[in-house]
Amino acid sequence: MIPELGSFSLILALCLSVILGTLPIIGAHRHNVLWMSLARPLAAGVFVFTAIALLILAYAFITDDFSVSFVANHSNTLLPTRYKLTAVWGGHEGSFLVWTWMLTAWTLTVGVFSKSMPLDFVSRVLGVLGLLIAAYILFMLGTSNPFDRIVPLPPADGADLNSALQDIGFIVHPPTLYMGYVGLSVVFAFAIAALLSGRLDAAWARWSRPWANVAWAILTIGIALGSWWAYYELGWGGWWAWDPVENPPLITWLFATALIHSLAVTEKRGVFKSWTVLLAILAFGGSLLGTFITRSGLLTSVHAFASDPTRGVFILGILGIFLGGSLLLYALRAPLMKSDVGFGLFSRELFLLANNVILVVAAASVFLGTLFPMVYQAITDDLISIGPPYFNAIFSPLMMLLVVLLGIGPLSRWKRTSGSYLLQQLGKVAIASVALGIVIPLLVLMEISIAATVTLILAVWIVLSMGKDMLNRSSNKASLIQGLRSFSLSYWGMQLAHFGIAVMLVGAGLTSYFASEKSVLLEQGQSTELGRYTFTLQDSYPIEGPNYVGSRTDLLVQRNGEEYTILHPERRVYVASGTPSTEMAIDSGFLRDLFITLGEQKESGAWSMTLYIKPFVRWIWLGAIFMALGGSIAAADKRYRRLRQRKSAEQQAASKGAAELQPAS
Amino acid sequence: MQRWKFFIPAFAFLALAVLLWRGLYLDPQELPSMLIDKPMPAFELTTVEGEQVNNADLPDEMFLLNVWGSYCLPCLVEHPTFMRLAEEGEIPVVGVNYRDRQDLALNWLDDNGDPFAFSILDESGRFGIDLGVYGAPETYLVDGNGVIRYRHVSVLDETVWQEEFLPAIEELRAEGGS
Amino acid sequence: MRMSLSRFLPRRRGLLLILLTASFCLSLFSLPAAAQVDTFQFDTPEQQERFRRLSNELRCPMCQNTNLTGSTGGVAEDLRREVHRMIMEGWTDEEIEQFMFERYGDFIFYRPRLRPETILLWFGPLIFLIIGGLVAWSVWRRASSDQDEVAELDEAEQARLRELLDKQS
Repeated sequence: MIPELGSFSLILALCLSVILGTLPIIGAHRHNVLWMSLARPLAAGVFVFTAIALLILAYAFITDDFSVSFVANHSNTLLPTRYKLTAVWGGHEGSFLVWTWMLTAWTLTVGVFSKSMPLDFVSRVLGVLGLLIAAYILFMLGTSNPFDRIVPLPPADGADLNSALQDIGFIVHPPTLYMGYVGLSVVFAFAIAALLSGRLDAAWARWSRPWANVAWAILTIGIALGSWWAYYELGWGGWWAWDPVENPPLITWLFATALIHSLAVTEKRGVFKSWTVLLAILAFGGSLLGTFITRSGLLTSVHAFASDPTRGVFILGILGIFLGGSLLLYALRAPLMKSDVGFGLFSRELFLLANNVILVVAAASVFLGTLFPMVYQAITDDLISIGPPYFNAIFSPLMMLLVVLLGIGPLSRWKRTSGSYLLQQLGKVAIASVALGIVIPLLVLMEISIAATVTLILAVWIVLSMGKDMLNRSSNKASLIQGLRSFSLSYWGMQLAHFGIAVMLVGAGLTSYFASEKSVLLEQGQSTELGRYTFTLQDSYPIEGPNYVGSRTDLLVQRNGEEYTILHPERRVYVASGTPSTEMAIDSGFLRDLFITLGEQKESGAWSMTLYIKPFVRWIWLGAIFMALGGSIAAADKRYRRLRQRKSAEQQAASKGAAELQPAS
Repeated sequence: MQRWKFFIPAFAFLALAVLLWRGLYLDPQELPSMLIDKPMPAFELTTVEGEQVNNADLPDEMFLLNVWGSYCLPCLVEHPTFMRLAEEGEIPVVGVNYRDRQDLALNWLDDNGDPFAFSILDESGRFGIDLGVYGAPETYLVDGNGVIRYRHVSVLDETVWQEEFLPAIEELRAEGGS
Repeated sequence: MRMSLSRFLPRRRGLLLILLTASFCLSLFSLPAAAQVDTFQFDTPEQQERFRRLSNELRCPMCQNTNLTGSTGGVAEDLRREVHRMIMEGWTDEEIEQFMFERYGDFIFYRPRLRPETILLWFGPLIFLIIGGLVAWSVWRRASSDQDEVAELDEAEQARLRELLDKQS
């Protein structure tokens, strides 16, 4: 009975979201304040009923209600409780419910934190989000209801959660990614509201910016978590596989990155308005496309959900209505917007334009590589694979170009900057970067490596040009400290995010080129060497977990002959599914990771294993953390709040005035 | 700026949507065989029973080449079809015992019946690579000249036999292949 | 396990069959989580490096989307062994690639080969960059011709911004 309440709750949420998607938008069009004021309460209602549905699904998991098909397919009585909870998003249906619920939560948040915006604008934003929620719930009820029952004979026990998904990385990765995706829906709704109202101006950009920054920051973390999870769970130490399911989040991220830069220009200078709107639509489109690819089985991938053309057609319908509709609206409304401010050569506008061009070209190229196999098959009826060698070849040069510009952009000025000024500012920085980039790998490695040199030149270039900019900006202050204090939060946010790029660059570059690995067969007591480390297999013994059995080894690690640590790589077999699985042993460090994959025990009793040393691999995710922090700090800048406070103070004063008038009337 | 430029994204999206819709009905796993219209790769192996075999031992007429293994559950599912074909003498079937152990393969044939003229023992999977096999079960249609004409991946049940193989065989016979 | 299910699922059969198929798939295609470890011996580090590169750039023909290195599938195991053998026998990369192509087609290469059909793929990004550059150039040219009116329009824009910000409902 309880699962039916879940479906019922979803139906209620659907009804409310349909109202939310219609009345407030029509109200805004007809200036009907009553209809517009329905938007916020409706958003709250939709949130509550979706949340109830989610809780009911979680309850079904905790109580092992295997009559619910989704629970039966993704849980098992032996599964530890925390994994039962996270199994809620361990498959297509449940994860889509979580996704929808997050969208309702963002919608409610917009409703709460939009006091400073005009009511008609808020109504349109919430209305657009309401339509999106309605479409999602309709999709869920129509093709993938998580509350569907198995009739007439429910299984006695469930099929268990995919063992690769029984893990902390998986617990946090998808929800974070969805949070970021869904946050971009909010920015999209702002853009559509602006197109509907014809009010595409600096104020719109200012309202959108904090939301875009936060969504971008969460998306960054979401992607980084996915990369981290793949690194330690999939077993060959790769941190980015250019998988068709990994690519859409990256494409979305590239669009979103372009968007937050373009929003800055639109806010400060009032240019690129229609371009910014288009980017908001594209970033949202990327997130929808990611859903489509993951959930329709369009492309083969390591982590795709069950394929089903009906679902694909349905999502394609949603894609068509929302993306097609908004692009049509864009085509009709965008020509009305005029960017009437000029800018000259080397102006900051131009650098940001170049940033946008490169990011969008990168996104388009990744998109091309992701969809090309499908186009190829449709045309030639033959199959082709496009993998990391292709993507690395096209992506790396674009990013290098971007990084070069990244050093210059922040030092350029709005409207017009002279080339000689930039040369004077950055000439020495460039020389120093090249010099350090060449010298550092020479000193450390005692050999010339082009890859390491290029990586380091670029990373040093980012850091030094940042430093130069900070010095410049504090030069008119009494001291450097005072100068640093005077910077706005959004400036700090930008610099932190850019610093994150430098950190990630070092990580990605050096890990790819200097990783060393070795596959060996070790008998008990035998040792092998890799780099400065000696690995000795001390012992191996059987282990038994709650829902798996397996073997565990004690591997003594010595560094330069001294005992360093003992690592315990494992090999497991999950009982319910019979799936074998490897538990990597990782000794993580700031400068390098030791990473061990256990293979199989041979008849002789020896274990095969692969040992890896991965220098600077942590820097990849450290960089992402800096970037996300930067985005969040920028969103917390005073000027967004000041506006809000001023407005609310004015509103209070106004209502007070009205209240004072009341007795008299 | 001309207004039509603003329609470019919408049109691009329309093209993409059509493409995606088309893509939904493609199977990205349906890997076509590279050996279609190529002669059977040369082999010099033993049968499951231990007798030497090579290409000369293959039937002179059109035959099926079925890749199977004792570990392979879908092979059990398609087994009755091959049993019927063998009993009714409709077409000879040669087996390729792929990545298996000889004793297990023999047991499997004892338990389930042996529809094969003979089964080539490919313990190492090396012959499978020459055939472009990627997993049991797979079935090839080879014509009288020893040229591979058709491949089916996964279970060959009566439906597949009726809908895919019979038409293909008819076509080859009409060509006067054998 | 999606691919394996759909691939081996006969069309009209009962639940038993589905279960059979499922358990078969589980036994044959293990999840990527069970990483593969081979202990091949090489004479030189160059050979080892070539092996590593080739098995990273060749795709496992039967798996979802992994290279030979990361796959536990039977075919992948055999193909790694073949690549090792060919390297030790002194085959060139081209010869090894030709060997793979003759058996598994273009599907097996993660680095698509440059052919008429893939020209658009390989040069697409360059074309995008040129288009992007041209668009940026035309935007800049138009914008820089507006330079003279900058100050005035900027003020107008500012005024409009103030007006819009003050006009709260």
